[in-house]
Amino acid sequence: MSDSNGATTSLPVYKPKDFTSDRDVRWCPGCGDYAVLAGVRKTVANFGRRKEDYVFVSGIGCAARFPYYMDTYGVHSIHGRSLAVATGVKVANPELEVVIVSGDGDLLSIGGNHTIHAMRRNVDLTVVLLNNKIYGLTKGQYSPTSEFGKVTKSTPMGSLDFPLNPLAVAVAAGCTFIARCIDVDAKHLDSILTRAMKHKGLSFIEVYQDCNIFNHQAWFYASQKETKPETTVLVEHGKPMIFGAEQDKGLVRKDGRLQVVTLGDGVSESDLVVHDESNQNLAFMLSQLAHPEFPEPMGVLYVDESKPTYDGLLHEQLDHAKSKGGAPDLAALLRGNETWEVTA
Amino acid sequence: MITEQESPSGAGQQLDEVVIRFCGDSGDGMQLTGGQFTSTSALFGNDFATFPDFPAEIRAPKGTTFGVSGFQVQFASKDIHTPGDAVNALIAMNPAGFKVNIADVEPGGIVIVNEDEFEKVNLRKCGYEDGYNPLDDEEINAKYRVYRVPMSRLTRESLAESGMGAKDIDRCRNMFALGVVYWLYERPLETTIGFLEETFTKKKNKPEIAKINIDALRAGYYFGETAEIFPVRFRIAPMKRKPGTYRRIGGNEATVLGLVTAAQKAKKNLLYASYPITPASEILHGLARMKQYGVKSFQAEDEIAAVCAAIGASFAGDIGVTGTSGPGMALKSEAMGLAVILELPLIIVDVQRSGPATGMPTKTEQADLLQAMFGRASECPCIIVAPSGPGDCFEMAVEAVRLSVRHMCPVIYLSDGYIANGAEPWLVPDADSIEPIEVTHPKASDFAEGFLPYLHDRETLSRPWALPGTPGLEHRVGSLEKEDGTGNLSYDPDNHDAMVRLRAAKVEAAAKFIKPLEVDGPESGEALLIGWGGTHGSIATAAEELRKKGRSVAHAHMRHLNPFPSNLGELMSRYEHVIIPEINLGQLSMLIRAKYLVDAKGINLVRGRAFRVDELMRRIEAAIEGRVFEEAMS
Repeated sequence: MSDSNGATTSLPVYKPKDFTSDRDVRWCPGCGDYAVLAGVRKTVANFGRRKEDYVFVSGIGCAARFPYYMDTYGVHSIHGRSLAVATGVKVANPELEVVIVSGDGDLLSIGGNHTIHAMRRNVDLTVVLLNNKIYGLTKGQYSPTSEFGKVTKSTPMGSLDFPLNPLAVAVAAGCTFIARCIDVDAKHLDSILTRAMKHKGLSFIEVYQDCNIFNHQAWFYASQKETKPETTVLVEHGKPMIFGAEQDKGLVRKDGRLQVVTLGDGVSESDLVVHDESNQNLAFMLSQLAHPEFPEPMGVLYVDESKPTYDGLLHEQLDHAKSKGGAPDLAALLRGNETWEVTA
Repeated sequence: MITEQESPSGAGQQLDEVVIRFCGDSGDGMQLTGGQFTSTSALFGNDFATFPDFPAEIRAPKGTTFGVSGFQVQFASKDIHTPGDAVNALIAMNPAGFKVNIADVEPGGIVIVNEDEFEKVNLRKCGYEDGYNPLDDEEINAKYRVYRVPMSRLTRESLAESGMGAKDIDRCRNMFALGVVYWLYERPLETTIGFLEETFTKKKNKPEIAKINIDALRAGYYFGETAEIFPVRFRIAPMKRKPGTYRRIGGNEATVLGLVTAAQKAKKNLLYASYPITPASEILHGLARMKQYGVKSFQAEDEIAAVCAAIGASFAGDIGVTGTSGPGMALKSEAMGLAVILELPLIIVDVQRSGPATGMPTKTEQADLLQAMFGRASECPCIIVAPSGPGDCFEMAVEAVRLSVRHMCPVIYLSDGYIANGAEPWLVPDADSIEPIEVTHPKASDFAEGFLPYLHDRETLSRPWALPGTPGLEHRVGSLEKEDGTGNLSYDPDNHDAMVRLRAAKVEAAAKFIKPLEVDGPESGEALLIGWGGTHGSIATAAEELRKKGRSVAHAHMRHLNPFPSNLGELMSRYEHVIIPEINLGQLSMLIRAKYLVDAKGINLVRGRAFRVDELMRRIEAAIEGRVFEEAMS
């Protein structure tokens, strides 16, 4: 941004505390949201944009309190509607860096419609889904990402609905940046969030987040250093898909599907699938990999830099109309095409 | 203006006003035909008011009564307020149109029918008994002046040399009919010829289609002249008006122009976010073509997304507007509560239609007033304005934006289907003389003691509209209750009580800025008729007619419904009776009775259409005399 005289002023050097608001954080002690908040403050401090240019938007839920704790502009909206509000913000002022942080109930259940439509429009927004597979603020009902048969207060005999796969939905909806990471891996979150904010288009990051009150350890298989190497696979563009504590396993494509193989015994690294971020089919296959049969992919699954953004196209139309239509002439507009004169 | 050659039958019979109605299948082009008759009459200098009446089905089965589309226009050499009650001349393109509309024709009225369509199959389709043709019915012929014109055959014959296909030729029948009517009412053909050239030759590059339509129009006109089946022509002189430049304007069109003007006057961009819905979609279509004026249109995935995007846009500095009809506003209600607690500008356009639920989407109603007042969770007041007619949509749209940014408060703009689809002559306002809309966005240097996002202006009770991108004014707004001043979340009981009252006081504060309610008619007397919205024309006409009969009846039409104009209570006290006609079961009556403890009497008919003036007059008289109105519903 520039100052009122149009001159570009140099960017201040920020520290995470510059993005820390004066509000007390009210999440439960031990909540995974704390790690994400600390990580996001750090990332935005180093991202290279002025703090007045950030707008954090959320819906309702524990995660949705996020904007209150960032010393930036922010809107804590109503349940499910963060992406609709954020679309309005971005369309009004495409110069702003608009980041949505909200939960699985908010973005995938009550707000699911807005999620798919913001994705297909490719509005230039960064969406951080804090997925804890549970409703926390309402005290522990199952969520749209909870596993089938989950016993909760609202499903004492087990839930009857099958979970939604957020990454698969993102692929299907035409999302142009799709990634996944885990709340406790601050470094990985930092690198993904930085890329996501730089991406022109809708960036969607699923963060495995622990609700230590109502769904504690839901993601432990993927977050604990003892199990993580076997249960997750870090996907990096141009690199083979290797995982395992000994880096001895990998993914190959066989019969049109991804399969786990052990390296050695005639299988070498060169047989493994090399990650290609531009391959939407591969992204969909990766999105289907689920514990315990498969390692779950972490990292950037898919990027498409070629699709224009909704806000960009809209402003192109505005500019085109302005240059083609000439200066606004309100008097001519009000007269219209067909008038008649009445004389005294 | 050049008129076609004079009829051999000599000068037409002078009339002050005429009501005509075109009707036919929804595919017969009746809306276009009526629109052309209106444009021609407007340019001729008549006053006019129109009432398009069409089914929700785009193409209902051909020839059925529920597929009938109608367009009524009253045109006059004097000031008129409504499209008229009784039809003086009906043009029916098929038996179904005849059947649906004949009862509205005055006794002795003119009925011009396309005789060719009154054959066995079509008569059966619309439910006439086998062997019965209403055109041969003695009773009908005794009651009306029925003119049988073989329009289908004459159109085909007149275009036989054109080389065009039967389908294209048959689609010119409406222009043939229009030509006949133009002859009958001494209208010039130039406006419609110009329109056909513009539409088909220039825009669609189909000069051959323009030609056959123009030829059919002329053929109809010359038929009127040479066939000599009409004993007399009619002449409706241009009316005397205030000098100036006039145009024809429809309600939705005026809403579009008002919103664009408001944005220009505020020097702001405007985001119009909407989900298609009858009868509001035309506003989306209109604003989508206003990009050179900084208008962004956003067709959202649903009603909720539309209102939320408008709120987001307002937060970031555009004027956020969302448009819908009653069912859509119901979906938006939670987000409207968000805008109330965020204290941001937001305009919600509700073009009311008949309900509940899907109701009768193409028919009018005024039954969303209480929804606008109370249809949200908790104490959630919004400012409410309502245009009184098509042209007034312009002024009230500007007013809605002005109030919303001045008070940082959502404004509901209640139009209705009758206003939205109707059209009237409009004195084009001088764009320069419209007052600017003051908008200020603070800078950090405006706050020596630190920024308080919920610091309220004493007079308007607005809070600072600080925009993202402004250094030093970073702040968070949200749907949780705010602490007065800081805007921090607060569960303090007294703070909540204070904020609930503040949000109500903010709406009340707008009363200081709105014009006092004006009265048309005696300043005191027997009765004050209070109306709002699209009933303006029928109430004004009824009041005029009653005064001619010696009744001391005045009319006040409310364009601000929340807050009420500050002089309303005093005004009502000057009359013996307060009578409130509404197309609902008494919603404004309820509000006025509750606030002023006045024994207001409602006149309430909910038929999906405007009041008939004669019926309204009888009901008003009954109310004044304390009689129970016993007439059967007509």
